[in-house]
Amino acid sequence: MSFLEIVHVHKRFGTTIAVEDFTLAVEQGEFISFLGPSGCGKTTTLRMVAGFEKPTSGQIVIDGVDVTNMPPNRRNIGMVFQSYALFPNMTVADNIGFGLRIARRPAHEIRVRVEELLRIIHMPEFGRRYPYQLSGGQQQRVALARALAIQPKLLLLDEPLSALDAKIRASLRQEIRDIQRQLGITTIYVTHDQEEAMALSDRIVVMSRGKIEQIGTLFEVYNFPATRFVASFVGTLNQIEATVVDAAIGLLAVEGQQFRIARPLPQHRSGDRVNIAIRPELIALDGQFNSAMNRLSGTVEDVTFLGSIVRVRLRLAANRLSMDIFNNPHLRLPQPGETITVHFAPEACLAPGDDTPREASNAQPLSASAAEAA
Amino acid sequence: MLKRFWPWFWFLVGATYFLVPLYATLDFSLRARRGELSFAAYTSVLNDIRFIESFMFSLQTALATIVVSAIVIVPTAYWVQLRLPRLRPVIEFFTLLPFVVPAVVLVFSLARTYSRTPLTDSREGLWVLLVGSYVILSFPYMYRAVDTGLRSINIHDLTEAAQSLGAGWFTILTRVIFPNIYVALLSGAFITFAIVMGEFTIAALLAQPAFGPYMNRLASSKVYEPSALAIISFALTWAAIAAIQWFGQGAQARVAGPR
Repeated sequence: MSFLEIVHVHKRFGTTIAVEDFTLAVEQGEFISFLGPSGCGKTTTLRMVAGFEKPTSGQIVIDGVDVTNMPPNRRNIGMVFQSYALFPNMTVADNIGFGLRIARRPAHEIRVRVEELLRIIHMPEFGRRYPYQLSGGQQQRVALARALAIQPKLLLLDEPLSALDAKIRASLRQEIRDIQRQLGITTIYVTHDQEEAMALSDRIVVMSRGKIEQIGTLFEVYNFPATRFVASFVGTLNQIEATVVDAAIGLLAVEGQQFRIARPLPQHRSGDRVNIAIRPELIALDGQFNSAMNRLSGTVEDVTFLGSIVRVRLRLAANRLSMDIFNNPHLRLPQPGETITVHFAPEACLAPGDDTPREASNAQPLSASAAEAA
Repeated sequence: MLKRFWPWFWFLVGATYFLVPLYATLDFSLRARRGELSFAAYTSVLNDIRFIESFMFSLQTALATIVVSAIVIVPTAYWVQLRLPRLRPVIEFFTLLPFVVPAVVLVFSLARTYSRTPLTDSREGLWVLLVGSYVILSFPYMYRAVDTGLRSINIHDLTEAAQSLGAGWFTILTRVIFPNIYVALLSGAFITFAIVMGEFTIAALLAQPAFGPYMNRLASSKVYEPSALAIISFALTWAAIAAIQWFGQGAQARVAGPR
């Protein structure tokens, strides 16, 4: 049995379904992120684990104990909020020690634990300050220390970095991961920022409209997206509108240029219009790959230098196609207005009909072409 | 130039309207002895044992009213904001009823309702009725002050943070909510204090030895002392405001939020 089990959990608010058939098993010490757009049910699920919302049906088990109907103050779960939620009337030390005072721990023990946590969050000299005397990043570190002070079974973080600026967000993100590894605490992190989820998590749960779209490691979710939603939400995705030439062999055309995808399209007939998706990094400039792959020619619209990567945007009739090239000082970059040919593997294409959530192992291997090429 | 003139003009009109009667009252209260300015009226008032008794009685009543209304209103306003936001207009309507229902109607209704209970049989019982009436009178001021205070903090997240740390409802209210709406509660308490200290109708009809009826009696039998009493009341009011400002400074800064 896993440390945290969320079994067939549903949540309705009136007639609105917020979470539908959510099932997840989390191992002890694991860092899981719930990733999805606003309103996808990720925070509601987290709140059900915390006990702030009751599931309409289903079961939540933590460390072998069914906590589905247990009030939040008896679950021993640490929670960090987007708004920090530090008690304004208490000093930093009092905030961190609050849970321990509620648990009636001896004063000496509280003092020692508070000092230890202040050291862990690198704020040993801030104990006497009030929350209003701290920056946003400092407040969130205190909130993290306060949640950890009670030695919770589970740490829940609800978009904790959303209110911070980019630089602090990046450093605090690393700090959260370091502390989590150091303490080995099982953690659930809610975010709509895929970069954050990628940087922190052992596994990611991608959610959309109250349902799980895919559960997997970052590698699995990015390279083997179970659905088109996952493919488009995690990473950047090109969408090409193409015409079916031969559905049986997956032959398509865009602007008279034919290309193949890895599987047939039995539900389509010749002449149908379909949308095909391809990741920018799976498209290469002609000449870089030596195997026989799909080739498309287009006009360069824009070239954006992004440091280690150069993003080239092509125009193919009504379609726009972005491709990423690793920066190389010796590389001749295409110029806007120039016509160039790019190529990509049939396996790099995500075809219609990939919208039903599946296990990661059965999913479309978006990275197959790259692996083959290598 | 003209833009600056009119704001100052209206400010001076307002200040004159407020200060001239105050100055007149002060001046009149100092003329108890013919031909000289003296504190004779003040000495007379402060030496009157009935002043001390009625003042202390109203003071106790005001403090009891503040405590009871805080106990009733803070959890109610907190719960309405936290769990029953749709009920907010209904609760607001009820808290405004004391503005609509005259004090005479209120006190007769209370006396009639509780006439066959021990509340109307004893001095203590009548005092309880008096406090109850004042709690109702304080609703519009206390509820609004507390409601505003609760809106200035994120009660949802603070409550959930406290819950996740093991706190029950009583702990949340006493250690998290009350201390963080301290300033708002003080301002509501101050208005309640002022109302109770000067209230006449209910205290008189319940035959209670309060400060309001005392002032009224004094006004009908003395000349300069009522003016002295008005100035004393005014000074006490300002002292109470200063005390609130002084006590509230630190708390206000803490609730102000991140820089």
